[in-house]
Amino acid sequence: MKVLVPVKRVVDANVKVRVNADNTNVDTANLKMALNPFCEIAVEEAVRLKEAGSVTEIVVVTIGAKNAQEQLRTSMALGADRAIHVLTDDELVPLSIAKILKAVQEKEQAELVIFGKQSIDGDNNQTGQMLAALTNMPQATFASELTLTADSAEVTREIDGGLQTIKMPLPAVVTVDLRLNEPRYASLPNIMKAKRKPLETLSIDDLGVSLKAHQTIIKVTPPAERKAGIMVNSVAELVEKLKNEAKVI
Amino acid sequence: MTILVLAEHDNASLKLDTAKAVSAAVAIGGDVHVLVAGSDCAAAVTAAQALTGVSKVLVADNAVYQAQLAENLSQLVVNLAGDYEHIISAASSVGKDTLPRVAALLDVAQISEVIEVVSTDTFVRPVYAGSALATVQSLDAVKVLTVRTSAFDAATNDGSAEAVMVDFVATAAAEFVSQTLTESERPELGSAGVIVSGGRGMGSGENFAILEALADKLTAAVGASRAAVDAGFVPNDLQVGQTGKIVAPDLYIAVGISGAIQHLAGMKDSKVIVAINKDPEAPIFQVADYGLEADLFEAIPELTNLL
Repeated sequence: MKVLVPVKRVVDANVKVRVNADNTNVDTANLKMALNPFCEIAVEEAVRLKEAGSVTEIVVVTIGAKNAQEQLRTSMALGADRAIHVLTDDELVPLSIAKILKAVQEKEQAELVIFGKQSIDGDNNQTGQMLAALTNMPQATFASELTLTADSAEVTREIDGGLQTIKMPLPAVVTVDLRLNEPRYASLPNIMKAKRKPLETLSIDDLGVSLKAHQTIIKVTPPAERKAGIMVNSVAELVEKLKNEAKVI
Repeated sequence: MTILVLAEHDNASLKLDTAKAVSAAVAIGGDVHVLVAGSDCAAAVTAAQALTGVSKVLVADNAVYQAQLAENLSQLVVNLAGDYEHIISAASSVGKDTLPRVAALLDVAQISEVIEVVSTDTFVRPVYAGSALATVQSLDAVKVLTVRTSAFDAATNDGSAEAVMVDFVATAAAEFVSQTLTESERPELGSAGVIVSGGRGMGSGENFAILEALADKLTAAVGASRAAVDAGFVPNDLQVGQTGKIVAPDLYIAVGISGAIQHLAGMKDSKVIVAINKDPEAPIFQVADYGLEADLFEAIPELTNLL
């Protein structure tokens, strides 16, 4: 079975981003970039399925600027077999990404598409669901456990208040949550090997996808600063402040 | 202008999330309809009819909607979508699962986790774990939105909307297998006025007992950081943060939590934040209104006794 894993280049999770001076976007110049943490979990899951013998090929795909190839190489160092880079300098909304991924899926005919549940930059949590809708595939979002058979997937999902298990026929879309697995680190030999793995570059036109404008970003502003707090010296003082100053207890 | 709100419920009762999503709909302005899709969900329908600002409740009561799977729920919403300019749900697990599917089927973009309504087509939403707020104008004919419930007050209960049955039955390829819900007598995280959260500093799951004792004194919900969840101290539905629950209670007490960006994203809009940590350099102290540098194993029992 073939698995398609869409991945995204994002600002590293430990970096605090700031809004730029003219309030049009966040300032990402010169920041450390990385593979989106949820995409890492998706790649790891695909690799584990391959190691378990239920998957034969893992194809990673990304949509973005030239430097996003670094994240495709990282994904291949982690165990993906080959990569597709859809080159564009535009920032696309999840619906447009999903339309491009639909064209890639039609080309690749993967039985399973594994996504991260959200990217930590846009925090949209939409793309997997949208691809499932456009391709009329069933979906299991926020997966914390995934079991495959030849023609179905059983997935345990993290929902508000607990866990839910659903079963769906393949092909299907799964989006992964934090608890699914612990991603491995790429070893140096595997990083070297990944440089020789195939990486195909396509344009949006090559895939025959036409996109339209859906949104305008009017402005991007920093959130309101909290006013500075105080340190108290004892539990008794804390209780006194909460009762008489903040009046919350 | 007519707005459709997808109700959040467990068939037996309507969740507070729905009342908050209705508030967001009222802020946009227009006629507000609520869709209750479920199985034997009459009680949830009655509760939805009482929400202030709702003029009609659409009821799709059928066994196929029992588990509220995104696949058939999205077909149902799309079937009704012709009459609506806005389709809204809370950014809950059902809303986040279903609405992007609805948006894609309608060929429109979705705006996720709206925290403020600027006008009928313009909304504010946080990005980068809340490090920035983007004001986004939708160019689509239908606006599909999920709303962050911690940013809206719940609609009150003096309405009397009419209920209208919807016959459309959608099918799903996926099937429900089973469900395990975390049992708790404490308030739900999303609606609690006070939250007591523990992090890695708690050391073990057993040690959460001292937080629970404090929570019971304050009628508070118990939350956790990702570190505490990953270490297996508590179930993951207690996680507060960018990828867990987003909360904004009157009082948030962070105990043994360092205050990583991803955790702050989930609680920094709380009215009053208290941090108890033995590390004076912990970033949590930068957002705390009241900080106490202390060993939590001494401070928490003492705090519980003083209340």
